[in-house]
Order: sequence, then C-alpha cells, then structure tokens
Amino acid sequence: MQTRKKYLFLTFLASWLLLFFFGREQLRRFTFFPRRNVAVRRSWPRWADRTLLHSFAEPWELQGSTDTAQPSPRARRVAQLSTSQGSRCRMESCFDASRCQNGFKVFTYPREHGEPMSESYSKILSSIERSRYYTPRPEEACLFVLSIDTLDRDPLSAHYVRGVEQRIRSFPLWNSGRNHLIFNLYAGTWPNYTEELGFDIGHAMLAKASFHSKNFRPGFDVSIPLFPREHPQRGGQRGWLHHNSVPPKKKYLLVFKGKRYLTGIGSGTRNALHHIHNGQDIVSLTTCRHGKDWERHKDTRCDQDNVDYEKFDYQELLHNSTFCIVPRGRRLGSFRFLEALQAACIPVLLSDGWELPFSEAIDWGKAAVVGSERLLLQIPSAVRCIRPERVLAFQQQTQFLWDAYFSSVDKIVHTTLEIIRDRLLPHRSRSHFLWNTLPGGLLALPDFSTHLGDFPFYYLQHGSGPSDKFTALLRAAPPLGSLSQPTLRLIQAVSRSQYCAQILVLWSCEKPPPPSGTWPQTAVPLTIIQGRTKLSDRFFPYAAIGTDAVLSLDEHSSLSTSEVDFAFVVWRSFPERIVGFSAWSHFWDPEQKRWGYTSRWTNKLSIVLTTAAFYHRYYHSLFTEYLPTGLQELVDSLAACEDILMNLLVAAVTKLPPIKVTQWKQHKEAASQPVKGTAAGSSRRFSQQQDCLNQLVDWFGSMPLVSSQLRLDPVLFKDQVSVLRKKYRYLEKP
Amino acid sequence: MCASAKYNTRGPALIPRMKTKHRIYYITLFSIVLLGLIATGVFQFWPHSIESSSDWTVEKRSVHDVPVVKLPADSPIPERGDLSCRMHTCFDVYRCGFNPKNKIKVYIYSLKKYVDEYGTSVSNTISREYNELLTAISDSEYYTDDVNRACLFVPSIDVLNQNTLRIKETAQALAQLSRWDRGTNHLLFNMLPGGPPDYNTALDVPRDRALLAGGGFSTWTYRQGYDVSIPVYSPLSAEVDLPERGPGPRRYFILSSQMSLHPEYQSELEALQAENGESVLLLDKCTNLSDGVPAVRKRCHNSQMFDYPQVLQEATFCVVLRGARLGQAVLSDVLQAGCVPVIIADSYILPFSEVLDWKRASVVIPEDKMPEMYSILQSVPQRQIEEMQRQARWFWEAYFRSMKAIALATLQIINDRIYPYAAISYEEWNDPPAVKWSSVSNPLFLPLIPPQSQGFTAIVLTYDRVESLFRVITEVSKVPSLSKLLVVWNNQNKNPPEDSLWPKIRVPLKVVRTAENKLSNRFFPYDEIETEAVLAIDDDIIMLTSDELQFGYEVWREFPDRLVGYPGRLHLWDHEMNKWKYESEWTNEVSMVLTGAAFYHKYFNYLYTYKMPGDIKNWVDAHMNCEDIAMNFLVANVTGKSVIKVTPRKKFKCPECTAIDGLSLDQTHMVERSECINKFASVFGTMPLKVVEHRADPVLYKDDFPEKLKSFPNIGSL
Repeated sequence: MQTRKKYLFLTFLASWLLLFFFGREQLRRFTFFPRRNVAVRRSWPRWADRTLLHSFAEPWELQGSTDTAQPSPRARRVAQLSTSQGSRCRMESCFDASRCQNGFKVFTYPREHGEPMSESYSKILSSIERSRYYTPRPEEACLFVLSIDTLDRDPLSAHYVRGVEQRIRSFPLWNSGRNHLIFNLYAGTWPNYTEELGFDIGHAMLAKASFHSKNFRPGFDVSIPLFPREHPQRGGQRGWLHHNSVPPKKKYLLVFKGKRYLTGIGSGTRNALHHIHNGQDIVSLTTCRHGKDWERHKDTRCDQDNVDYEKFDYQELLHNSTFCIVPRGRRLGSFRFLEALQAACIPVLLSDGWELPFSEAIDWGKAAVVGSERLLLQIPSAVRCIRPERVLAFQQQTQFLWDAYFSSVDKIVHTTLEIIRDRLLPHRSRSHFLWNTLPGGLLALPDFSTHLGDFPFYYLQHGSGPSDKFTALLRAAPPLGSLSQPTLRLIQAVSRSQYCAQILVLWSCEKPPPPSGTWPQTAVPLTIIQGRTKLSDRFFPYAAIGTDAVLSLDEHSSLSTSEVDFAFVVWRSFPERIVGFSAWSHFWDPEQKRWGYTSRWTNKLSIVLTTAAFYHRYYHSLFTEYLPTGLQELVDSLAACEDILMNLLVAAVTKLPPIKVTQWKQHKEAASQPVKGTAAGSSRRFSQQQDCLNQLVDWFGSMPLVSSQLRLDPVLFKDQVSVLRKKYRYLEKP
Repeated sequence: MCASAKYNTRGPALIPRMKTKHRIYYITLFSIVLLGLIATGVFQFWPHSIESSSDWTVEKRSVHDVPVVKLPADSPIPERGDLSCRMHTCFDVYRCGFNPKNKIKVYIYSLKKYVDEYGTSVSNTISREYNELLTAISDSEYYTDDVNRACLFVPSIDVLNQNTLRIKETAQALAQLSRWDRGTNHLLFNMLPGGPPDYNTALDVPRDRALLAGGGFSTWTYRQGYDVSIPVYSPLSAEVDLPERGPGPRRYFILSSQMSLHPEYQSELEALQAENGESVLLLDKCTNLSDGVPAVRKRCHNSQMFDYPQVLQEATFCVVLRGARLGQAVLSDVLQAGCVPVIIADSYILPFSEVLDWKRASVVIPEDKMPEMYSILQSVPQRQIEEMQRQARWFWEAYFRSMKAIALATLQIINDRIYPYAAISYEEWNDPPAVKWSSVSNPLFLPLIPPQSQGFTAIVLTYDRVESLFRVITEVSKVPSLSKLLVVWNNQNKNPPEDSLWPKIRVPLKVVRTAENKLSNRFFPYDEIETEAVLAIDDDIIMLTSDELQFGYEVWREFPDRLVGYPGRLHLWDHEMNKWKYESEWTNEVSMVLTGAAFYHKYFNYLYTYKMPGDIKNWVDAHMNCEDIAMNFLVANVTGKSVIKVTPRKKFKCPECTAIDGLSLDQTHMVERSECINKFASVFGTMPLKVVEHRADPVLYKDDFPEKLKSFPNIGSL
C-alpha cells in the first residue's frame, strides 16, 4: 500500500510536470487560436521553379552593347561643354580642365581702389594670395576668383554690392563664368531666403555657406562653413578639449540657447526646441527677443522663456555640454556650428537639407549627429544611447576637424582649393581616409604619394612600419672646396651603421666637389648631388632618397656609429617626429613681447637641430611643396632659419615635441660651442635667428612648438651593470 | 496537495488507515491529468498539420500560378521621378519610428502577374536575380510581413532590366500597389536603365517619389542622399569560381576585355597598345567559335583565345569603359579577379559610392585623359597596387558577389540614413578583414598634452600590509602633482584601520572596500578617479623618489595613451619550446612595464573592466597573477604603441619577499608569467607587445650640470 501510494503520488507529479512542459505552448496557442495566422511570419515564397527562372538580362546585354550607332564620345563631351546650363553644371560639362595643364594656379582679379569690400572677403582674397597656388598672371591660371565682394547677397544688408551683373559681364576674363569660383556666405533675403545671388553666375563654381542640397551641384560646388567677421586670417585658436575625461560626460548632456523665430521660414524647428528642455541635463532655451517688432508676434510662452533665457550663459553651456543642438536659422547654416565644433561640444544638426561644409571630403558621421528636424523629440533618447567610447571619439574628431579645416580663414579657403584640385586629377587625389585622419588633407600631399604606407602618419592604422634603413644626407659647403678631417670621420662613422643604406652628399659649394678617389671608402654607396647654395636646398625632396628615414647631417656634425644606431632605432618608434641630438628650447619673452629661444642646457627642449637628426623623407616634400615660396626665400636670407622652420613645420603637423636622444658627452660640448661664442658675428647671427623665429610664428599664426622634458636613453644607460651587457656601451665611454 | 504532504510527514503508522475515498480521489485526479495529456497530444498534431501543409503548397508553387491583375488602359500613371527629392522631403520617417534596435522594417508586396486590357503581360513576371534579391530581404532581419509596421516597401514588380518591360504599363502597375501613396517609402531596384537611342541613366518608368537603387546613375540623375547607386550584377559571379590570387606582378599591365567598345575608344586603346606593346592586352569577341562554346566565356586577341573571366586574373589593371550605359557588369568580374579597375566613364556614380571609398580600390581617369592612361597607371606605387588588388577583391566579396550582398548593402545604406547615430563607420564598410585585423584605431588618437594642473590619482591596492601601505602613502603624498589617493582595500576579512590612524596628507585620501579579493579591482574605473592620469602603485613600492614619480607623471603627459612605468620587462620567443617566454633580467629591451608602479589613462581602466577580450579578466582573477601583463597586452593591442619605461633600473623587490625562498619561488613565478604571455597571445590572436630599446630620462640626466638647476635631480638614488 505504501509503495503504491508513493508511485501514485510520483505519477501524479510527473504527469503534471509533463502537462506543464508540453502543454504550455499548445495551451497558449489554443487560447489565442484566432490570431495564430498573424503570428506566423509569411516570408517570400520559395518558388518551385525558382531555378528555372530566366536571368534578368541576356549575356550580350551585360557584356557588350550591340548598339554601335552610339554617338561619338568625343562629340558627346564637346556637346556637353557647349550646351550645359548653369544649374546642371558638373566639372566635365562646365569646367575647362585644359587650362590646368600647367598645374593648379589660382588668379585673383586685381582689387580696384575704393571698392567696397568686407573684412571677410579681403581675408579670403589674401588667403588665396598667401597660398602656394596663387599666380598673378591670368594666362597661366586654372581658377579665377573675383575681386568683387560677393559674400553678402542679401539686398537688405549694408554689405550688399550692387551692379555685379554688369561689372562681371565687362570683364574680358569672365568667359561666362567658366573656371571661376565665387564665394558666398549669405544669399537670399526675407521672407523666403531662397539661395538667390542676384546675378547670373553662369558656369562659375560656387563656394557657399548654408547650401541646400537641392541647389548644390555635386562634384562642382563646394559647401563652406559660415564664419564670423572676426575669424582669424591664419593660425587660429585651438580647440577647447584639453584632456579626454573618462567617462566623457560633462555637466549637461544637450544644450541650446538661441533665438526663436515666431513666424516665417525656420520657425518650425526653433519653436519646438523648448519641448526637450528638462532643466537638468538638457537645457534648451529660446528667446523671442530679436528684430524690431518681435512683440507684435509674441505668444504666450515668450515672457517666461525670456526670463529663463537670462539664467544661463551661452559660453558656460558651450563649455559644459556633451552635445550641442545646431538648428537651422533663417538659413541652413549658423555660426553655432563652428562654435560647437571648437568647443568639442558634439553638434546635433537639425537642419534638413543642409549640404554640410566640405561634405565632399569630410565624413561628418564621425564628428556630428545628423538629426532630422522632423524627429526633434527623439533626439534626447538618441544621444543618450550613444556609447561612451563613441562620444570620446566624436569629441576628439571635432577637435581634429576644427584644427585641420576650420580654425582660420586660410584653412577654410585652402581646403576649398584642395577639394577642387583633387577633382581635376582623380587618380592623384586624397582618399576619404586621408581627409578624415590626422593630420588631415591639407597636410597630406597626394603629389608625394597616394599610398598610406609612404607617409609618416598612418603606419598604425595601415598596419605597417617604416623601412628599416636610412639615407644619410650630408650638406657640405666647405669654404675651401675640400672636406675637413672631422667630416671624413663623420662619413666613416655613419657608413658603419648597420642601418645605413646610402650616403648622399649635397655639395653646396661653388667649387666643384673633390674627385671620387679622394672620398673615403665606405661600405655603402656614396653619391654626390650638386646643389645650389641656398640653405633651404637641404630639404629638397631628392629622388635619390629611397628610404623612409633621412639622417640629416652637416659637415660640422660629429657622431659615432652607436649614436646613429640608437637614434635610428628610436626614430622607428616615432616616425612622425624629428629625432635628434642637439636641442634648443623656445620661450616667450614678456619684456620684449616676442618669442625667443636658447641653446643653453635647460630642462626642456622644443627644437632639435637638423644638423644631426632623423626624420621622415615626407617632410622634405612638405617643406618644399607645402610652404609658399615667400617663406623659403625668407629662410634662405637668414642664418640657421631653415632648422627652425623645419621644426615649426613638423610641430605644426604633429602637435608633438621632437625627441632628443643620448649624445656622447664630448660631442655635446662641441655642438654647443659656436653659439656660446661672444664674437660679434655669431651674436648677430643669433639675433637673426630670434628674428627668424618670430617671423615664422607670424606666418603660422601661432606658436606651434611644443616642449618636452625628457630624453630617450638606452634601457641600461649608466645602470650599475656590467658594460658588456649593454648594447650601446660606447655611448657611455668617458 | 497540502493534505498529502501532511500524511507523508506523519509516517508509516497512518498508511493502513487510508480510505477507499482517498483512493478514488487519487484515481480521479490521475485520470484527469492523463486526459489532459492526451488532449495536448492531439492539439500538438492537428494545428501543425494545417500549417505545414499550407507552407508546403507555398513552397511548391510556381511563379506562373500567381494571381493575375488586369490593368485598365486608363489606370493612373505616377508622375516622373522628382529630381529634388531628398530624405527629408520625399521620405516619410514617421513610418520608421524610433526603435532600440535601429533597424528599418521592410515589406515586400506579394507576387502578381500584370497584364493589360488585352491580356498581354506587362513584363516577365520575375527574373532569377530579382527573386534572389527578394528572398534575401525576406530572410534578413529587416523583413516584416506586416504592412502596417513597415517603413520601406519593395514592390515585387521586377524592374531590374528596362528592356524587358513596358514602361507605361509597369508604371500603372506600380501606381495600383496598395500602399503606393505617390511612391513614398517605396524602393525600386534597377540595373539596366534606359534604352536606345539615348540611354537614360536612370530608370525611365515614372515612379514619383520612390527611391531608386540604380545601376548606372550619372551625376545628373543621381539624387545624392536619396537614391542608392548599386552595381550591375554579373551572373558569372555565381557560375565561375575564381580563387583569390595573392598580390604580386601579373602578366599584363593593362587589359581591356569588353566587347563591342565604341570605335573611338577602340582606336585609343589600340594606340596605347601600339605604344607599349606586350604589356597591354586588348581582347574582343571571338569570331571563329565552334558550336556549343558559349561566346560570353571566351575572348580573343587576333587568333589567340582566352577564357573569360579567368584571363582577368592575369592583369594588374583592367579597363572598365562606359558603353551605351554607364554601369557595366564587367566591373564585377574585374573586382572578382582582383584586378584593379581603371574606370573611364565621366560622371558615373560608382556603386555604393555613398559609403565605399573607391580611391582605395580603383583608378578613375577622365575620358579625355585616356591617352595618358599608361603613364598615370605607372605612377601608382607597387605597394599601393597590391593593396588595391586586395581591396577590389574585398569589395566584390562583400558587396558584389550575389544579389543578396547587393540587397543587404542597399538596405544598410538606407538604414544608416534613417538612424545616422547608429550608422556603420567608414572602417567597417571599407577595411577588408586583413586590415581590420592588422591595423589599430587608437581610442585616444588626438595628440593632446594634458594640462599639468590636473594632476594624477594614485591607486594603492592593498590586502593587509598596513605598515608598508602607510609608508607608501606618505612617500607618494610628497609628489607635487598628486591630486587624490585611493586605497583599494582588498581584504574582506579585516576592516581597514580607523580614520585616525591613517597618515595625514595634503590631498584627499579615500578607501574603497571591495566585495571580493580580486586583482581586477585595481583596474576598476572608480568614480572617485577624477583625473585622466592614474598611478597604480603596490603597497610595497617604497623605493621611488618623489622626483621620479613626478617625472613619471610628466612623461605620461607627453604620452597619455601609453603605459608609463618604472620596472620594465620583456617577452622573448623561445625557439626551443616554440613559445613565448617572460624575461626580467637586465636586458637592453623592454616590452612591458609592471603596473606595480605605472601611470596610465583612466580610459584603460574602463577597457580592462568592460572590454577585455575573451576570458582573460576572469582567468587573471582566478589565478591571482598577471593582471599587469594583461594590462600591457590590452593597451598595446588597442594603441599599437610600446610602453615607456622611465628612469634607471633598481632592485624592485621588497626585502620580505626574497626572504621566503628566493630561487625556487622565482622560478615558478617565471614559469607562471610565461604561461600568462602564451595564454594572452592566443586569446588576442596576435602578439601585440612592442619591443623598444629606449627609456625616458630627464633631459639633463647624468649630465655634467649643477644638480640644483635640474628639474628632477633625485633620480636613481634609491
């Protein structure tokens, strides 16, 4: 009886369990039976005869058209050029590329006296004139820029220039606008703000702010950012992100503070912005107060809004928010966009149809959130969902883009020109990657190479490394025409380095170089290049330099093989920097209000002399091609200025200090000797150098040099361990 | 239930008393349950049978059995495509809504056969490729069968090839779709647009606001940000299997394989060949083919015959010229062969150009520069050619090889426009797996030197060595840039000393008690850490001077994305054992620094805690060892950079550790550490550590210079 009961009980339990497991699904189905058909997904049917279906096209349709009666391609191209209308312009139909055979040269019309010109436009013109593409001769020009101020085409504005149409028609070079580039910041006027310029631009290209994508001619026009009148000509302020805080959150999540239009175009979005305000991490404030007759349109919210509006400071919000709403104004673009970018406040764009600045080159998806005006209320949840590592990347990208393309009028104008130039030679243009990766498109010259592995900046992203040999480039200008003993010893020492591929001697002396028999016997090839006597010559991109690394030398340099070996190994870890031995340090002299530098031993360094330094050969190209000729002439006229310019250039590109490595003590003293001298000549030379520094800083627009407090030594340098264990033991010999 | 339990507890004495009443009660219950089970079993079968049988018929239906729809001659025709359409004007985003998955929902209309008033069909019902495309969408996670929840609608009317359809009637068929609504949110796929004589570059079928995924757009017809440019599918992709060929020189430099080129192009190519001889190969169709050989699979040069598309693998560059249409199926074959396409088709919008960086996989040459083609191509560096070949093949594999790939890429592009904040990045679209593997994208990529004023937070991990801990705290507090001290108390059995006993220091001191004695507690991104820089320091490191620590911080500021530490270590490849070995001797190289005393960015704490690959984090906690090696691996892997060792070497041992059992402890320690390196290398799938031969010293270190003028005089004294 007892067992029977137990069994009974167990069976009972088991059957309940079974019912529970198997029946659950069935019971549920049973109860919802009428809706069951909806729950089953009806997918696209697997047709029984699907393998028997015909292909969408016959092989001959895909592999070659049988229609040979096609018009001649050449005739088609000619027809395109002659019949195209302005509104449908493309490079191939409206731009005469044959004018650019001799390179990309830009001509600006001479400015006429008494010509009204806004500050911004004159900055644009001088940016072009400062660039390496400028030419004063129209016959060799590829691109033409008017001297008539076309920035403000709002007839109600004080800067509106009248009679543009008649004047441009009278220009003999106008040629119905072909190969012309017209800059514009404001177009159209109240109430509709259509992008009307008030004159017929014909076949000219338009570089315009607040471009609407429906008016934008892709691959032909350039969308530029709206920039304020006081935007600096060159250099420009740095971004406000000084450190990457983790988690990358600031006091506020999302902010907006600005005008609210009560009526008219653009009012829809701005009127709705207050809905997302929550007073805590989202602050969205609008004021009705603007224009003359705002009180007439005033609504019930206005008074309260105006009170709240005064409680927050715009700058404070900008500094302390992770995201910034950048809504359209009357026009699509606003100053707010650049302000947010500089502040590392990730722009949340609410400007439907805006062709973003330099959209042809810049991948805005990495630096901004492109929202939709229609989905404003989803914005808070959308930005909250963005993961912290993406926020961190966004913030850094805003800073990179700001600094690379937007922080000065020079950068905006030069980016515009480079974009146009890239279109003319598609096979020698920058890839998307180059535009959107540090140091940016302006500093990565496609003329040098289009291969990432040839530049010093992309080794890590590219998954490669610099070549494992270097080329020594010795500039020799002996006054007597023959090499001194120390120079010969230097050649010997360098050639003994296991990493040395070749030695190039740049003979910069009027006298001919000594015959080949008198040069020291070296294990590596030694080539003599006949140079000019110019100082900037040493940074010319000689074709003979076949390695990524260049060891730049002077006939007065003195190095040992160990020093060279160690420095090169270090350089391979820092291929984008200058790695050298003798260092100087710059400082701001508050009394004279100018920059100065010292060659004395200090605890800091910011310049490494290129008389004995490793750097990437790309910097030769950058030096020669990127810097305008005017600057190179300046360098040639001042002593030891080319050294400083190279350091400034590399620092401006990398934003990092150079690297100093161990130097054998004896050399060190020898190197610092000349500057210590008190002779009148050398002191004059030194003041010239100070002058050089200040003039160069003026050209760059800011001081690019960065200081470092460290020196790199071999791991066991001067350690209490047997000298036999040390790889670079000759670096510490007394 | 409760009653029976009661009986049970009472024990055996009560059992005989069990009544028939109870027995009946049990039997009734049992039979009810049994009945229930049987009923369930029945249910299990009959609803299923209906469902599967209906599925069965769907599966086996023929495309010729689909319902026929007769279009009256006067049924409405949509307006022509609107060239000004953009997502914000012609697309109804409200249908897509906000959803946490950030995926659009796509609905496919069921297949119908459309005939005109006279019963003549409007087009082929459906082509093989379009059926594949719809199947792919239907199988994807975008698909929905609920027309009311759909954001995007795909008609089943096949418009891939304009030649196979009647334009007006097809337009009428589109217009009568149940949700047409002027074509809003409708997506049409077309690969061969236009027809003779002028060959429009977009589908001629009037389609109002519908989006067009088109295979031959020119800049004039492409609505940027609205339409999607797609490839022209080449059916050869499915037919021929071309294994990927390694990079390297190929037999021909330039190859042209297109048939029936325009005579003008033909003569320009011939001029090119005359100039450059053997390295240029021009192929055309074969005239003397025997019967049965498919003409599409052969190409000839004079009398020489080549297999197509295999011959494409013999060339470095393959010309893709425009024909009557801009989009050419040969592009797909060329990419498949890993040949770098030379695209000569002015104003052509390349496939998926919205997301793909074609400059990395192709050379675009303007038509009037054709005579210079040879010299232009010669100027492309060899290494770049190899990358382009790899990239071309990758584009084919990812976006060209099947209708499925084309469909999914198209939907992804549209999806990214609707949810831009969740969009796929440039790297994900463009980097082939090999590059994704070998390259790094540093999360701290901006070159910043953080302001010194921020200072650093010292984190001391401790268990119970209070005395030594207090000494460390006192020493570290002397460092000028210290801004906060955090003690991670890892001992759960013992309370930390009372507040009054702790050393009095000038910066805030916080004690964090942990729930478990884990090594990973040291790398937790505590909210208390308010600075970027973190100094991890063991509770027995008392041999670092204040100058050394301050200098370490200054070095970290110059290298904020690296580990900056004091004792350095090295990994070596043991050729005998064929595995990695840990080395702590006096070596000339370093590849790791010990985190017993190291500066690093707080971001790496976040990475260590939440993004450590594989099971490394748990493994370290379980073995109570190698957390520092794991950190070195993590940082090197994500930044691709080496560590920085600062200041000269010193004996980095606490006296009591060596006292226990010097040698043997040391040896097991070394073996364990070597095991860690091997384990981590296999989890990471690579050896990320970088070996360097340098360390950082102050500029004037050991220089013959007055010590009192040096910023960091007290280096290496202890």
